[in-house]
Amino acid sequence: MNKTLKVLLTSAALTFSAGTAFATECIAPANPGGGWDFTCRQIGKILFDLGLVADPVQVTNMAGAGGGLAYSYVVTERNTDEDLIVAASSATTTRLAQNAFGGMTADQVRFVGAIGADPGVIVVAADSPFQSLTDLVEAIKADPGSVAFAGGSAAGGFDHMKPLQVLKAAGFTDITSVKYIGVDGGADAITQTVGGFTQAMTGDMSEIVGFINSGEVRALAVLTEERVPGFENIPTAIEQGYDVVAVNWRGLYVPKGISDEAFNAWGEKLAAVAASAEWQEAMAANGLAPFTKVGGDFQSWIDQVVADTVELSKEIGVIQ
Amino acid sequence: MDILSNLALGFEVALSPMTLFLAVIGCFLGTIIGALPGLGPSNGVAILIPITFTMGLDATAALVLLTSVYYGAMYGGRISSILLNIPGDEPAMMTTLDGYPMAKNGRAGDALVISGVASFVGALLATIALALVAPFLARIAYKFGPAEYFALYALAFATLGGMASNNQAKSALASFIGLGIALIGIDNNSGFTRFTGGNLHLADGIDFLVAIVGLFAVSEVFFFIESHGKGSAVGVVLGKVTVPWREIWSTRWTMLRSSAVGFVAGVLPGAGASLGSFMTYMMEKSIAGKKGGFGTGVAKGVAAPEAGNNAAAGGALVPMLTLGVPGSGTTAVLLAVLMTLNITPGPTLFADRPEVVWGLIAALLIANFVLLAMNVPMVKVFVRILQVPPEILLPGVTMISFVGIYSLSGSYFDLLLMVGFGVMGYIFRKMDIPTVPVILGILLGYQMENNLRHAMTLSGGEWTYLLSSPISIGLWVAAALGFIAPMFLRRYLRKPQMVTD
Repeated sequence: MNKTLKVLLTSAALTFSAGTAFATECIAPANPGGGWDFTCRQIGKILFDLGLVADPVQVTNMAGAGGGLAYSYVVTERNTDEDLIVAASSATTTRLAQNAFGGMTADQVRFVGAIGADPGVIVVAADSPFQSLTDLVEAIKADPGSVAFAGGSAAGGFDHMKPLQVLKAAGFTDITSVKYIGVDGGADAITQTVGGFTQAMTGDMSEIVGFINSGEVRALAVLTEERVPGFENIPTAIEQGYDVVAVNWRGLYVPKGISDEAFNAWGEKLAAVAASAEWQEAMAANGLAPFTKVGGDFQSWIDQVVADTVELSKEIGVIQ
Repeated sequence: MDILSNLALGFEVALSPMTLFLAVIGCFLGTIIGALPGLGPSNGVAILIPITFTMGLDATAALVLLTSVYYGAMYGGRISSILLNIPGDEPAMMTTLDGYPMAKNGRAGDALVISGVASFVGALLATIALALVAPFLARIAYKFGPAEYFALYALAFATLGGMASNNQAKSALASFIGLGIALIGIDNNSGFTRFTGGNLHLADGIDFLVAIVGLFAVSEVFFFIESHGKGSAVGVVLGKVTVPWREIWSTRWTMLRSSAVGFVAGVLPGAGASLGSFMTYMMEKSIAGKKGGFGTGVAKGVAAPEAGNNAAAGGALVPMLTLGVPGSGTTAVLLAVLMTLNITPGPTLFADRPEVVWGLIAALLIANFVLLAMNVPMVKVFVRILQVPPEILLPGVTMISFVGIYSLSGSYFDLLLMVGFGVMGYIFRKMDIPTVPVILGILLGYQMENNLRHAMTLSGGEWTYLLSSPISIGLWVAAALGFIAPMFLRRYLRKPQMVTD
């Protein structure tokens, strides 16, 4: 017992110190418990299980400024570190596009790949009168104040933009009159919606899986091109006549200053993680849809997404 | 009975030698982590996460280890509150108010035993309640919208007056300073930053752990330097530990009431254990009235917050397991672990993975008895850790504070901020301004503002929305009574003199 205790204490002390010198570090730019933390821990675990890295990946939580703190830290202090990966998602590019990272731009790091996407969803409580996305959109068109959305991101964030994109696609222009409250995460947003304080919730598929299964909420639409495997009974927005796709991809970026070999090596490792049975299982359990793009492909896709987001943000007045 | 067969399943899982062993280890580490100022349950659990993966523990075993640490830290927090006047973690803040005066009166042993028993009662009742009512109780969260939460926070502030100070104005000043600090960071309702001076480090606001460690631990170091170690808070001697049965028995209703209130506070997502210990202390203080002598070192003053915060720890597991909404900082970390282990907490968890849930509940029951044994008869072991001479202990406290805060964000900026709060705490204590309301302002201010603004968004600026449900009206009435009653009663009550350093 004493020996194990010693081991426990020593390893506690080790993980507590600045970090083992040579292990790969994954920075989750948020507190434990969110999507970025999940990305780091899950990818880190699979990288080690598959033998792609020699030591267990050390996860560092660096919360601050919605990822901005970690971004500026990587750009200014770790720009050539080849053993560093950073969790990223649509929120990262949305904020970069909206200039929310204190003047930093998306080309100051290299986006190495995405290995899954959390489809955007719009849900209502099970007892809601809205049966389809059209019901909801028409109600807002008739009286914009009658429907309030709850979501897990702050005003102007990705969750806020999803319903606005749908409404824009429906030809509704008075976008600033739509009510939105940003609460602490998707589960909280559902609680507010089931409790009847807001009429609809906007979020990611992973946030609603448990509530869909228990029958407490009804998903009006999923914002993907095709219906999501495992959730075939949820119609897409496109089917209902609103041409909107909004997925929250889960992936990584690496420092700008690393060699092309190192960048490509991370792309290959990430592709291996994406193909692993363990990741497939994790995706299914968490409502993620397959979405694998790595290396140069991913970088050019990201550039397009950032450009699109800048345009949309200007239209809805989030940036000048 | 469903529940009995469920519990049988749980004990089957929990009574394996490995799981039991993990529970004991977790309790031991947790108590140490809790007792060390600066290291709280959330860092404690976060530190141990990599170990659970390295050891290849399965979901149940990992959860048992981590929740034992969580419960252990809630027990351990009181030890440094009582002996050093430095809360070991944020929920133990209220325990300093009577625990430290008791220790100064030479009754440190009694304070530790009484608070240990109160912790046991609170945690035990909360665990039983978790088993019995979790699936139903989860629905309470559906009854709380922005208006109700705002009223709840208003209640907390309304009862602040007169706490921890003889001077209401100083108390009010301190809480407004705290609320002001809470305004720093991104305005959640517009997406723009406020009062950050363009500094990204301030964009998420100031973490209340930075403030707590600065105001309590770092300022203590400054006092120590000033007095060259003479008359410093540190170094209360603990004599023979005996069990004051009569006093424990006299606090039985306090413990029961506090457990109930603490549990409900824990179930509500938000401030969790801190709000639980705060509300129970204020409740018992007003029930006891002038004869209660709260603040001078009375048994009920340590029993109430300890039963309250340990019950809240159990309560906070309810929304985490049933809704996936963390009720406290630590449960947010536990939630992350569950997700990594491919368990999605939510309404279906109890049906889908009964062995995880009931194994956890059974393990918590066992851990609780282990903790009682560790924290009452064996309390001297933990006390000894804190009883090294001040000239060694204080540098140690300083080091742990720095390491603990650095581990939160990995940013040196927080360290500078912490030292800044240390200076602030030193000046405040010199001027006899209480520091507890500052912390509460920071802790609750963000949520209070957010909920008010959500309420205004939803109602289109109609203030009557704040009074639109029976729950919010009830909370406002309680807040009004809590605020006004002391003003009228003051002439009849002679306030006990606070022990001030």
